[in-house]
Amino acid sequence: MVVAVLCALPAVVVVAKALESGLGEAVDLVWRARVWELFSNTVSLVVLVCVITTTLGVGAAWLVERTTLPGAGFWRVALVAPLAVPAFVNSFVWADLLPGLEGLGGAVLVTSLSYFPFVFLPVAAVLRSLDQGMEEAARALGLGPWRTFTRVVLAEVRPAVVGGVLLVGLHLLSEFGALEMLRFPTFTTAILDQFEVAFDNRSGSVLATVLIALAVTVLTLDWLARGRSRHARLGSGATRRPTPARLGRATPLALLAVGALSLLAVGVPVWRLARWLVRPDQASEPIALLPALGSTVQLALAAALVATLATLPAAWLLASRRTWLTLLLERVTYVAASLPGVVVALALITLTLDLVSPLYQTAWVLVAAYVILFIPRAMVSTRAAVAQVPPELADAARALGDRPLAAFLRVQLPLSLRGTMAGFALVFIAVSTELTATLLLAPTGTTTLATAFWDASAVLDYAAAAPYAVAMVLLSAPLTYLLLRSKSEEPLT
Amino acid sequence: MKALHLSGITASHQGTRVLHGIDLSVPAGTTTAVLGPSGCGKTTLLRVIAGFLRPDTGEVRVGDEVVVGDDTWVAPEKRGLGYVAQEGNLFPHLSVAGNITYGLSRRDRRARSRVGELLELVGLPADLGTRRPDQLSGGQQQRVALARALARRPDVVLLDEPFSALDPALRVATREAVAAALAHERATVVLVTHDQAEALSFADQIAVMRDGVVTQAGPPAEVYERPKDRLAASSLGEACFVPGTVHDGVVTCALGVLSVPGGDGFTGACDVLLRPEQLRLSEPGETGTVGACIGEVVKAQYFGHDALVQLRIAGAPDAPVVVAARTFGATVPTVGSRVAVSVDGPPHLLPATTTS
Repeated sequence: MVVAVLCALPAVVVVAKALESGLGEAVDLVWRARVWELFSNTVSLVVLVCVITTTLGVGAAWLVERTTLPGAGFWRVALVAPLAVPAFVNSFVWADLLPGLEGLGGAVLVTSLSYFPFVFLPVAAVLRSLDQGMEEAARALGLGPWRTFTRVVLAEVRPAVVGGVLLVGLHLLSEFGALEMLRFPTFTTAILDQFEVAFDNRSGSVLATVLIALAVTVLTLDWLARGRSRHARLGSGATRRPTPARLGRATPLALLAVGALSLLAVGVPVWRLARWLVRPDQASEPIALLPALGSTVQLALAAALVATLATLPAAWLLASRRTWLTLLLERVTYVAASLPGVVVALALITLTLDLVSPLYQTAWVLVAAYVILFIPRAMVSTRAAVAQVPPELADAARALGDRPLAAFLRVQLPLSLRGTMAGFALVFIAVSTELTATLLLAPTGTTTLATAFWDASAVLDYAAAAPYAVAMVLLSAPLTYLLLRSKSEEPLT
Repeated sequence: MKALHLSGITASHQGTRVLHGIDLSVPAGTTTAVLGPSGCGKTTLLRVIAGFLRPDTGEVRVGDEVVVGDDTWVAPEKRGLGYVAQEGNLFPHLSVAGNITYGLSRRDRRARSRVGELLELVGLPADLGTRRPDQLSGGQQQRVALARALARRPDVVLLDEPFSALDPALRVATREAVAAALAHERATVVLVTHDQAEALSFADQIAVMRDGVVTQAGPPAEVYERPKDRLAASSLGEACFVPGTVHDGVVTCALGVLSVPGGDGFTGACDVLLRPEQLRLSEPGETGTVGACIGEVVKAQYFGHDALVQLRIAGAPDAPVVVAARTFGATVPTVGSRVAVSVDGPPHLLPATTTS
């Protein structure tokens, strides 16, 4: 409960700050001319990228999972791998490669390449597990192959697409680094600029309130698009693997398509980073990789530990089958964590300045921000792991003399340890590449890989930036494995 | 050992009343089988006794102690009961020994005390303790689950269809091993099952359950031979009901005039319960078939050790009566042939019903 309240706090604080000097002034601030530009930029970016990532993600997932495309196992990894390259690293690489790349076009290109795996991953998982029996039933009921695909397959895939697009939308709303580098102003970049230039956290809060409204809108659209339909598989019997569609002469074309996509999304960043990495002598700034790596790992470990421990009470509630409470708790945490990192950071700045100023600019606040931002990743993993432990085992433990808590600690927790550890790893990876909140909240003198990279890239020192970027990519690489391994329907990132 | 007493138990599952007032007594050291079709509430009843579900009303007593009452609630872990579920529910992260000693004190867990003894009690080799549950067969898992429950020397052992997930050959062997172990421990046992053979062979008392009530409880032979109603009769085995009229200790029905000692307290219309093994078939016209009626074979199911023959009796012209007879031996009458049918032993009478 405490965790949930803590997570809901940022939104409340930011809105309160925005309204501090009266509603009228806040409204005036919102309706300044620049806000309209930010708004249209943000919305057009979100809409365009959502459409493009859906097309790329669904198309690639279909080719990999449901056709005779050679090397499906390889492509599955290659098309999830872009998630290991932070978007701001990707945009840095592209800005270096095509110096003229700016504005909406550049922003759409880079963020689409970075985020399409959010759609690919869940859709591929659904397509892979889809029972062929249903398609055969549709064919037997007189539907042709094309109508079978649209009415059965697409209907089954829809929740996965919607879930993926939701993630793309929320990530776009909170993206700072990639867009700032491509000089494409949105609400998030504007809030940071306000803060850095004017040190004005009140007009920042006003902008953040609009951003919260946008995030809530995206969540609502997602909720509406999901509908109330059921997508569980009914009945028993083994699931049969579907027969893949024969590509035949189209095989080279399909290979070219997935090859080009993964080349652009992973190949280009890796190639450019490697090129800069072998020329450290061209760096104009001294490279301090180890200190940055050290503080990044420390912060990430602390945040992952706190976030994982914080999910355990919720996991216990879930295990004791008090479902409505768990559901409420989880929803609050989930919605609160859909808030862009910049909002969370802003709220914590406001809170610490106003209430507990000794904490301002300490690592504690930074870790708190990480925990609030990334707790859903730990929560989803832990919840799935605990849910997989049959409740009858807890009954058995109680019949053998355990009190409920003892049964949880002796049976359910050990059995869900793997999933909980995966959650820990996901938080660790997320923290090690976090930029926005870190820029705002990092104590003076503390440099993480992300901020060190950011400082170097801001002065276009590619050679100095590359080692930090490579370190981040290497730290994130296990993410690909974790995401592919996870059987959970809900995306983890 | 302690007796178990249930009185007036009502309970609901997801808002629907499942148990409608259960009264049942299990004397100390005896075994009671609760027999009923799936969905009759028998597992719910077991979960109420175990403490996994709170009843709406009613009382559960273990010995003299009330564990559930109007204002009493004893948590499952404090009831001193043993519970074995359908799938055994062994803890997959613990070894067999770890499972068996799970409910013991920390000191006893360390000492691995009683592991070998308990394994032998349930008919398993004593060196099985180091195995992991997934290395055991289904029957072995069930035996380990029982050993785990018995390790705490429970006053009452609850068995929830513990053999139904096993294949038939394993089922009998496991059942015998479990029965022997329970007898050795002189435990008070409640077994929930939908398998009549299991209930009849396992228990000292059978409680027939239907739609959330216990319709009849008594020793197996009594419930089998003298069921209170049609459903109790059918749930314990193949049964045929033939309408008849009883008068002065004899009942007249399609199979002739049969004597009923004492008349079962009936006069007038009644139903005659006939078990397949009560019917004797012979060639029509053979000696000793005087007074037997003639039936036409409409269906014959061959099971190897015996056969079940459906016969249409021509006694009542407007409503032909169909009965089933069990025949032993190699010859099974062919469909369409005519056989003589006689009734062996006194029939049991039930109140007449209009439905058939």
